[in-house]
Amino acid sequence: MIKLAKAMPGVAVGEIVRVLADDPAAANDIPAWCRMKGQEFVAGHGHQFDVRRVV
Amino acid sequence: MDYTGDPAGPPVYLDAASAAPLHPVTREALLAALADGWADPSRLYAAGRRAQQLQEAATAVVAEILSVRTDEVSFWPSGTAAAQAAVLGGLAGRQRAGRTLVHSAIEHSAVLHAARSTEAAEVGVNRLGRLDLDAWDRAVSAPGVALASLISASHEAGTVQPVEEAAAACATAGVPLFVDAAQSVGRLRVPKGWSLLSASARKWGGPPGVGVLVVRKGVRWLSPQPQDDLYRPRAQGALDLPAVVAAAASLRAVVAEAEAERVRLTELTNRIRNRVAETVPDVEIVGDPVDRLPHLTTFSCLYVDGEALLHALDRHGFAVSSGSSCTSSTLRPSHVLEAMGVLSHGNVRVSLHRGTTSAEVDRFLAVLPGLVEDIRKEAGF
Repeated sequence: MIKLAKAMPGVAVGEIVRVLADDPAAANDIPAWCRMKGQEFVAGHGHQFDVRRVV
Repeated sequence: MDYTGDPAGPPVYLDAASAAPLHPVTREALLAALADGWADPSRLYAAGRRAQQLQEAATAVVAEILSVRTDEVSFWPSGTAAAQAAVLGGLAGRQRAGRTLVHSAIEHSAVLHAARSTEAAEVGVNRLGRLDLDAWDRAVSAPGVALASLISASHEAGTVQPVEEAAAACATAGVPLFVDAAQSVGRLRVPKGWSLLSASARKWGGPPGVGVLVVRKGVRWLSPQPQDDLYRPRAQGALDLPAVVAAAASLRAVVAEAEAERVRLTELTNRIRNRVAETVPDVEIVGDPVDRLPHLTTFSCLYVDGEALLHALDRHGFAVSSGSSCTSSTLRPSHVLEAMGVLSHGNVRVSLHRGTTSAEVDRFLAVLPGLVEDIRKEAGF
């Protein structure tokens, strides 16, 4: 989550960050992070989660 | 990290939702009942009759507070045992109607474990943790439903559930409703319309080891365990009668104070919710801001390990709980927080009791932001 937050400023608005996380809470907490930070949760499969920078 | 092994102030217990500190009446009643209530209440000699009188008086107190008949009340070795007896006995009694248990996604894990013994239909909650009543209505109206189970308010989110609306849907469908009221008995008015209800004495300041089960007249309940010949819901073996007496006496005392405590604790939990939102960046305050348990509030902090925050608070003398995965025995995040879709890491649950003071809450609120900041710094944020 910290890595995701740190990666965001280096990503252009509209681009997608792919997060690899084997934490059992990731499937819940990455979408929650997107909601709290105003970013878009695109999709999650297994340990892989895609987040689009929108702000 | 300023770890010295000594708390930075006197210990402050903020985990009443796990077990409230004993009410003074509990202690007095327990000591009196130990002297007078040790004999087997089913025996016909004087000591047995005294024990039976104590048991009947305790049952009458609980029945009156819950607005039920005395023969509908039974005592169990814990709230968990009572809840599981409600679910398993309620399912067994309705075998001919079906096998499905409809339950909310935020039931106590004891109920979810019992649900694994049969076919289960789970009904979700919204972001604030409130039951989806339309989905509930559809689920209980489906064929083959034996029993429905709804927690009165989750100990992890605090949002009060629409029990009476859910009960109306169950009544229309002809399905009995079990309500796990562990967090609300002794604090809030007991809702109407249910068929079975359970509670736990240590949640209201009674002794540990006493659960209450109510099975209303006309509700089919079959013991999930080999039963004695009384044909009435009751736990196996001898009751801890002194503890039951203390549970009933403390419940009466707690109910007498409940309205004043509701107002006082709501003010304190509102203060926690507002101040944490103001002083801790990147925090999510969990549950309904208004329609919730008076004594309990939960929040989750981004970029914070829940276990690290619990230990840091403990070093400063604060006992709190968490629904974060790293603090659970299963290493899974709380199913309640997941069902709500709220942040589960960095989660803290603060639950207050009659001994909690305004000054203690203020000290907690003064200490918390610095601890969160330290943990984030250590994690490299």
